[in-house]
Formats: sequence, C-alpha cells, structure tokens
Amino acid sequence: MAVMTILGAINHTLDQQMEKDDSIVLLGEDVGFEGGVFRVTKGLQQKYGKDRSIDTPLAEAAIIGSSIGMAMNGLKPISEMQFSGFMFDGYNQLVSHAARMRNRTRGTYNLPMVVRMPYGGGIRALEHHSESLEVLFAHIPGLKLVIPSTPYDAKGLLASAIADPDPVIFFEPKRLYRAFKQEVPEKDYKVEIGKARVVQKGDDITVVAWGALMPEAIKAIKLLEDQDISVELIDLRTIAPWDRKTVVESVKKTGRFLVVHEAYTSFGPGAEMISVINEQAFLYLEAPPTRLGGADITIPLPKGEHHFIITPEQIADKIKDVVKF
Amino acid sequence: MLTTKFDPLKDKMLQVLDPKGKVVDAKLEPKIDDETLIKMYETMLLGRTADTKALQYQRQGRMLTYAPIKGQEAAQVGVAAALGKEDWFVPAFREMAALLYKGAPLKQLYLYWYGNEEGNHFDPDLKILPISVPIASQINHAAGIAYASKIQKKEEVTVAYVGDGGTSHGEFHEGVNFGAVFNLPMITVIQNNQFAISTPRSVQSKAKNLATKAVGYGIPGIVVDGNDPLAMYIATVEARERALKGDGPTLIEAVTYRLGPHTTSDDPTIYRDEKDFKDAETKDPLIRFKQYLIDKKLWSDEKDEEKIKEFTDYSNKIFKEVEETGLVDLDDVFDYQYETLPPHIEEQRQRAKERGGK
Repeated sequence: MAVMTILGAINHTLDQQMEKDDSIVLLGEDVGFEGGVFRVTKGLQQKYGKDRSIDTPLAEAAIIGSSIGMAMNGLKPISEMQFSGFMFDGYNQLVSHAARMRNRTRGTYNLPMVVRMPYGGGIRALEHHSESLEVLFAHIPGLKLVIPSTPYDAKGLLASAIADPDPVIFFEPKRLYRAFKQEVPEKDYKVEIGKARVVQKGDDITVVAWGALMPEAIKAIKLLEDQDISVELIDLRTIAPWDRKTVVESVKKTGRFLVVHEAYTSFGPGAEMISVINEQAFLYLEAPPTRLGGADITIPLPKGEHHFIITPEQIADKIKDVVKF
Repeated sequence: MLTTKFDPLKDKMLQVLDPKGKVVDAKLEPKIDDETLIKMYETMLLGRTADTKALQYQRQGRMLTYAPIKGQEAAQVGVAAALGKEDWFVPAFREMAALLYKGAPLKQLYLYWYGNEEGNHFDPDLKILPISVPIASQINHAAGIAYASKIQKKEEVTVAYVGDGGTSHGEFHEGVNFGAVFNLPMITVIQNNQFAISTPRSVQSKAKNLATKAVGYGIPGIVVDGNDPLAMYIATVEARERALKGDGPTLIEAVTYRLGPHTTSDDPTIYRDEKDFKDAETKDPLIRFKQYLIDKKLWSDEKDEEKIKEFTDYSNKIFKEVEETGLVDLDDVFDYQYETLPPHIEEQRQRAKERGGK
C-alpha cells in the first residue's frame, strides 16, 4: 500500500484506469505536457501520448462539447475544467447536452464521461478560483456530482465515475490536494456513487459535510471533546444523487441535524437536505434541522476571504446551538 | 482544388447549375449515376412535400411548432448524397431533407415536431445525432466524434450543420477551431438562409461571406450556391476526400434563402424584402434540379406531378400514424434519465403512478 495525497491518488487512479482501458482520454487546458496547473495529470501525456492526454485550445465549450462527441463515438473522455469558476462557458454543454443525451435519444446514446474540476476557497487565489457551485450541477437531472475528502475516496470515487455509463462531475477539494496523506491500496477498487460514509458514530446530532470541509468538521468535533456531545459525522461523498437513506436513518437516531457547506447558504445543498429530513424524519426531530453555509456574498479576494471561510469554531458553535435548542 | 479556385477571399461562389438548370461549366459537372440523381431529386421533392404538409398540419392545430426547410433542400441533399453510410451527420434543427437522404424515417422526423422524444431515437447505424436546438453547440459534438474517429483510426467523416446566425456564436468558433487544431475529419456546413429568425445575415457578421472565417482557422473554406445540389455535392466530395486523407476539416457556406418562416410561430412577411423573396423564388433549388433531370431525360413534368401526389399521400399516411401514437407513457419520461434511476426519482415515478399516471 502506498501513502498518497488526494492529488496523488487522483493521478494514480487516472494512470491505473488509462493503462487498463485504451478508450480513456484526458483533455483540458494544460493537462497534457504540463500535467495541469495543479499537476494532477502530471506524467500521463509522457506515458500515454498526445492523442490520449490532450492539451486543448483554451475553450471550455469545446472541451465539454467535444467530450460529448467522443463519448458517442467509442471513447471515455475525462476532461478538466481548470477551476470550477471557469466552467460557465462549458456549462451550456453540460446542461443542454450532456445531461440530456440519454433521455433525448431514448437511451441510444449514453455518455460515459467525467468532468473534473477543482472547487472551493481557502487557497488565497484570484477571482473566479474559489467557488463552490455544487447546486449548479446537483439541480440538473441527468448529471451526477461526487466530491471526495480523502485520498482513499478520491481513488474509489474516480474509478466509479469513470466506469459510470452517465456523465459524472468530479469536484476536487483543491484546498486538500496536498493537505495530508493516507494509505491507498494499489488494487483497483471502487467507492459506490450515491453512498455516504459514516465517519464516526454518535447519538446526539448528525453532522453532514463533504470535501474541503470534512477536516474542519473533524476539528470541530475535537473542540467539543469536553462537552459531552456525541456527534455522528457523515461524509456525504456524492451530492447528486445524495444518500438520503443513510442521512435520514442517522437523523431518526440522533433527532438533530446540521449540514455544513462552503456553498452559498440560500438555495444551497443544505436547503435540499433539510427539506428531505423534514419530509422523512419530522417526528423524530428534537431541534430544527440546521445549515451552516457560506454567506450569500461574492466570495472575497484573499484579504477578505477569512470573513467567508467556515472555521471549526463556527461549526462547533453551531453544533452546540442545535444540541442545546 | 475547388477551395482555391473559388477563393472566398475573392468572394467567388461555386456553382454548377444556374437557376434555370443549365450547367455553367461542364468541367465541374459531377458524374453521378442516374439512380443517385433521381434519388437526390426525389428526396428533395419528398422534403418539400413533407415540409408543406407539416405546415398545413400545424395550421390545422395537429402539429406543434415546426421549423420548415423550404428553399434549402439542395443545401442538404447535395451534402448527404456525397456521404458514405459510415459518415456521421450532426444536424442543427432545419435539415429534414438531409436526414431523409441519410435514411431517417419520415415518421420520426414528424414525431419530433409532434412533441415526442421518440423522434430523436434514430437507429444508431444511421449515425445521425439528435436535433440540436442550442445554436452552434452541436459543432463541438461533431469535433469530438471526429477526434474519436481520428485516434481510433475509423475511416469516417463527420458533417455538422449550422445556420448563418450560428456563426456568431462562441460555440461555432470553439468547435471549428478545435477541429482545425487537431486536423480532424470534419466538415462544417453553414446553411446561410439569410435570416436568424428576423435578423438578417448582415447583422451576424461584417465579413463579405461566411466562408472567409475558415482563413482565420487555417482551414479551407468555400462559398457554394446552396440552391445547386451538384455544387453542394462536389464541394462535399472534395472536403470528404481531404478529411479522409488526413488533411483536416473544411468549412462550406451554402448560400440559400429561407422561403418560409423561421418556425410556424413566425411571420417572415414583416421583415423580409418582398423583392428579395420574389427573386429567391426564381432560384428555387427544385426548379433547377428538375430541369436538369428533364434535360437528361430522367424526369418529366408528368412524373413530377405523380410523385408530388405520391409523397403527399405518403406524408398524410405517415402523419396519421404519428397522430395515432398519442401521448407518451409515464415510464418513458422516467426511464432514460440515467441508466439506473436513483431511488428518489424512482419514488417520484411511483407517486405519479399512484396518482393514476400511465
């Protein structure tokens, strides 16, 4: 077993899958020769050649649009949006075509394609480099959205995304790219899409988080160690379709719910989850199901970003609020 | 090479048949066998007839919004006739005659405008993509298909259609450029029918002609008389040979004129110049191609009338079958969203069924 960062695990998985399956191609801006601006695809063009690791023109609609055509003609494209904040030019292709092609053709053309993109704040980046746009994908029928928070899940979810016959958006928590290492099995394994992971069991409150906020949620729980609050922490891993069953069962047990996300609060992913909890676990609730999301302001540039980023202290306070309601 | 002889920078236009059906340059006249010539004309005539009928059905309240092809039959059939079975066809939404030539059943083409996704459920062997409404976005799909052909060494060419309005779109640029950069076996055909709904061609681009855009991409481009099926045919044959040889994509501008409305919700009389329209009617592709076939003793006016009647009856028969399909089943609107429907959508389906949905 090798020890890897999230970034390393993604690179290793792409390599392993490309070696196994000739129909996989990588494409995007700078993904080939340079290996991407974060070096996620480093070395893969050198190993698999320019035909399969493609430096494209700087054109997001062409990257996603051509991926659709490739997927219809025998390839499995894995494209990269350099930052999720740059995906808007390609968004038309995702929403108008990728999400619809199977339905539109009554199942004749499915699109086995993956669109990777680093997301989220906290790396002191330029404007348009820090967004958390989960809902723009999760809202669209026909798309799936997964977000790993660990190297192990990064590998397993990416392998599942590649094997999935439908388009999968793969969000990469860039704040965690090199934040920590974990042992990752060498063998080819999958983490099922649509399946959450219970990180720790607890009885008093269910806390759901994902991606870059998982380590923050874990730190928050540590801050509460002397508080006699038993937290059940769930890593959602898939945002669309999210694991309603695991989360609802947990809330039925704990009676309390908090969802934490960096995405803007209003109309955010938490709003959807709370609706489902109200519909399916209302009579079990001891406190209003609650969300802690990013403020509804344009995510600030680095010198103001600390006002936006969600801290372990904020999460801990919110957990206490809900438990003491 | 036609693309150098008819240099778009010099505003040259390729034409084989003049509006009266006379060959303007015998050296350009393609050697097409009689059977194919007749098939080409019959498909144009079927396209015209089915189109006329579709408008009537819509006016009778039996068909939904429909985008007519009248006047553009040659710009479509001339290309389709030059393609092989193995080639891909990527339409926008005003290419019925090309789709018919490629083998799409009229029933499906009608079904789409009747409001049923089954209309886009083409036999995959036809290699026809579904109708694409978002303007110019389909060119990127064509580029991806052609990329896959190239690296998988498949001997096939992809043709994408777009309108004159579509050339203003960013996706046009991204798609044509992608094809050019990777030297893909791809042909982009601009059906310049002079209007994007009501907006004239002059508002889309200051360029003298739209084929000059090819220059900026470093690929060959050519302006073709889009009402001349033989000119469209030879331009496509040359572009296809180039693509198959590995010499990359071509941009073809088919200059034509939309003789009908943008869709059935539109009234072109309020924005088109009636003099232009009358003039365009004299350049109708069916007039010239019919005369060409009559001169070749392959056709006659009597035969024409007979065929129009046959195609009218055929369109009526097919449309009746379409009307008999009625509403779409409940399962049909849920079944194709994902390969495996996630549980919450399955629940939504069950709830709809409990409410009596079928």
